[in-house]
Amino acid sequence: MTILMYVFLGIGAIFNGLGAVALHRFPDVYTRLHGATKCTTFGSIFSILAVVVYGVARGGDVGISMVIRAVLALVFLLLTNPTGSHALARAAHRAGIKPFKAVVDRLEEVGK
Amino acid sequence: MIVELSLAVAAAVLLAYVLVCSLSLAIGPTPADRAVALDTINTLVVAIMVLLGAALDLMIIMDVALVYALLSFVGTLYLARYLEEGLR
Amino acid sequence: MRRVAEVAATFAPAFSVYLVLTAFSGEVGLWSLAELIGGAVVSFLVALASHRLLWERGGWRLLNPWRWAVFLFYLLGPFFLAMARANLDVAYRVITGRINPGIVRFNPGLKTDAGRTMLANSITLTPGTLTVDVDDETGDFYVHWINVRNVDPKPEEVCGNFPNWAKVVAE
Repeated sequence: MTILMYVFLGIGAIFNGLGAVALHRFPDVYTRLHGATKCTTFGSIFSILAVVVYGVARGGDVGISMVIRAVLALVFLLLTNPTGSHALARAAHRAGIKPFKAVVDRLEEVGK
Repeated sequence: MIVELSLAVAAAVLLAYVLVCSLSLAIGPTPADRAVALDTINTLVVAIMVLLGAALDLMIIMDVALVYALLSFVGTLYLARYLEEGLR
Repeated sequence: MRRVAEVAATFAPAFSVYLVLTAFSGEVGLWSLAELIGGAVVSFLVALASHRLLWERGGWRLLNPWRWAVFLFYLLGPFFLAMARANLDVAYRVITGRINPGIVRFNPGLKTDAGRTMLANSITLTPGTLTVDVDDETGDFYVHWINVRNVDPKPEEVCGNFPNWAKVVAE
């Protein structure tokens, strides 16, 4: 049980770090959103799953309420993160930011 | 004991990532880039709060994490709206 | 009558979330009396304020438990695998910096808001793609693809069989 928690914490730390590095490594808003959204969602899921494992192993009132809150936080992150990044991407495109070195931009052609 | 400590260490590592992201928040260069960095920081802060709540045994921090997750989403939507239309 | 059903269908999930969050607070079952009454009042007010938003356009079909079972299976199976692959993909691109981006358009043929939302979120979290815009009338998806292989792709090339899952779960 404890081993599983350490593994989850490790995976979470690695992928969250990847998301943070992706912010500096990629050239424009859209590619940054790729890295930031995917990696931090995945990494945070594992960080929170580690807390779920910890709560299950601990048991009792405190452990169970910990698990409930962690699972709810997980659901909220899964729902809100992609939606928020979608809103940011659309806003950036409407604000006139061009994708870096794009081979094709169908949304620009439609003219909206 | 050691388990709680490892949770706290993981939270500290995520805090270091928040600093990396705030560097991106400072560099920019466009407002949209800053908004992306802020969105990333919000996600990381939720994870940090949940980890710290477990490490310090403070259930109230996890409640705050839930509210923060939802409110930061609303904040992101408003930022997106501002990017789209300016201050109106 | 319809309105009463709508309020009740909003009240039930709101009240259950309240109950789940305040478990272990007292002696009436797991809850204290104050939490039960306060939760009921707050959930009722929330239901009154928001029932129009939730059940307006045929939201009833989402209450079917079979859809929830399929959704859970989808979440733990194909979606989770795609998400893991997406992260390894991003890791590869962060290290090599090899990108070939573009915004492509395709039409998965989804008609409802719930189905489109589910597909858009799935696309954002799976390898190399990010939904930028969805046309409300025609259902066209505009997707930022980090490694464009085909300028006019079919839905399968961008997101595999996710549209079929979205159809089964949400339409």
